[in-house]
Amino acid sequence: MFPTPLEKRSRTAQISYQAFLPIALIIWLLPLLAVANFSIKPEADFVNGNYWGMPSSFEAFNNYGRVFFESNMPRYLLNSLLITVPTMIGAVALSAMAGFALGVYRFRGNLLIFFIFIAGNFVPFQILMVPVRDLTINLGMYDTILGLVLFHVAFQTGFCTLFMRNFIRALPFPLIEAARVEGVAEWRIFWYVVLPLMKPALAALAVLIFTFIWNDYFWAVVLTQGPNAQPVTAGITEFNSQFRAAYHLMSAGSIVAALPPVIMFFLMQKHFIAGLTLGAVK
Amino acid sequence: MAAASTTNVPAQRSWYKRNEIAITPWLFLLPAMLFFAVYVIIPIGQSFWISFHEWDGLGEKTYIGAANYERLLGIGDQNMDRKFQTSFWNNLRWLVLYLLAIPLGLFIALFLNQNVTGIRLYKSLFFFPFVISQVVVGLVFSWFYLPREGLLNAILMGIGLEPVNILGDPDTATYGIIAAGLWPQTAYCMILYLTGLNAVDPEQVEAARLDGAKGPRMLWYVILPQLKPATFIAFVVTIIGALRSFDLISVMTNGGPFGSTRVLSFYMFEESLSEFGFRMGFGAAIAVVLFFIMLFFIVYFLYSMWRDEQGAH
Repeated sequence: MFPTPLEKRSRTAQISYQAFLPIALIIWLLPLLAVANFSIKPEADFVNGNYWGMPSSFEAFNNYGRVFFESNMPRYLLNSLLITVPTMIGAVALSAMAGFALGVYRFRGNLLIFFIFIAGNFVPFQILMVPVRDLTINLGMYDTILGLVLFHVAFQTGFCTLFMRNFIRALPFPLIEAARVEGVAEWRIFWYVVLPLMKPALAALAVLIFTFIWNDYFWAVVLTQGPNAQPVTAGITEFNSQFRAAYHLMSAGSIVAALPPVIMFFLMQKHFIAGLTLGAVK
Repeated sequence: MAAASTTNVPAQRSWYKRNEIAITPWLFLLPAMLFFAVYVIIPIGQSFWISFHEWDGLGEKTYIGAANYERLLGIGDQNMDRKFQTSFWNNLRWLVLYLLAIPLGLFIALFLNQNVTGIRLYKSLFFFPFVISQVVVGLVFSWFYLPREGLLNAILMGIGLEPVNILGDPDTATYGIIAAGLWPQTAYCMILYLTGLNAVDPEQVEAARLDGAKGPRMLWYVILPQLKPATFIAFVVTIIGALRSFDLISVMTNGGPFGSTRVLSFYMFEESLSEFGFRMGFGAAIAVVLFFIMLFFIVYFLYSMWRDEQGAH
């Protein structure tokens, strides 16, 4: 283990490490802690110039209540959910199939198709922007949730296919051979043999896609406008102009907008990290 | 015919059954390929096409040859587009400074790679900034930088330094945004390295220790070579992240002050879809330039991955 484990170090090293750890964390999260502090302050504190001190009264319920009851925030949150969940299902389904095809079969063009999926995943969004917006308008899906979902499914399929294909490659191939010898149809092999083994990959991708799509801002601005279909990342700007300079409400709003992926992360931590660090270990 | 190919007649196996192994992969690939082609591959080609036109996004496209590129790059008797110049240099700043996330992430990972009570929670909390959307990171940092209300100036004045207005000053604004971007990116690199460090071969480390290696020498000669896959991924995601920077700029400064924080991705958006008008052709030309910068890296990444594939068989 590197660096040297603490157990093998002096007592003072151990104690100072333990003491420094929380300090380092507070420094690391300082900007966020400041915002959290903003969000529970009363408005009077900002008028009086008490920006970073202790709140003069605890107003969390009041501030967060106003976020939920006096703005479009609930609508934006719902939109985000309606965009994120179908995208998650769609991208995982498409890429599980594509990953199966690329991971199990040998055919001409296999590697080429695989590399097109990877390469497409790296391109700057801006080169897709004008044509995708045009296409979405022509399909009559501008400013709809479906329009955003379709694009997200397509784009995320690139990354997901990379992930799925590599995961399937690492599965024991003799299992598939054995099923074939038994005369099991190929699609049944996918459904009954491969898919159950892919559960960890499916879970990892689902949480990753949830986070990526929830946090998307660019496509939300390009393909939607207004509270009809806009997700919370884009809606927060409207929210902020509604409560201009009311920092206690703006910070409460941002925290609400940021929270769902955070909860997802803490619930599904193992899968999330497994997904992100794919390939970081040989 | 259709009925014959779906029912399985034992004596004469159907055409599908006979070719099952050859056809199945294509059937499985079809939906993904269709989606990817319509929304990713074809639009890349279309952007190239549009970049040779003048187009407001609604009416007819007018073919103008390479005029957009000439205007952008200053070919012929004109000067290089000033906004393009600023954006390009800012993109370079982003690229170089964003790479700091890799050593910073490694540093934090080394710091946290211990077994003490609660370390798992510490690791999660250190990783936390990556999970938050960039929009919120941008807001959090712009409030952190606020001249009067911001915590940064409170700290600076607390230790006796002059207060600063980072986002209000054209000379510092870009660096302020990059610092905000480094926060989640460092967290990402940290988690990559923590996973990598977990897999470092303990026997090699012990052997090197017996040979008297320790500290930085150990890190450089024994640990880092084993972390190479993690470093590669950290490099890929950091480069892509740097060139994709858009959300933070849009939220924190909207390109200002005086256009000093524009990058190509932001400039492109501004030209095609904002109050400055709908110059889709010119925007597409900027996107193509950005695409070529990215392509340089994409080719390198793909080449590395392809070499690994060859090695795997």
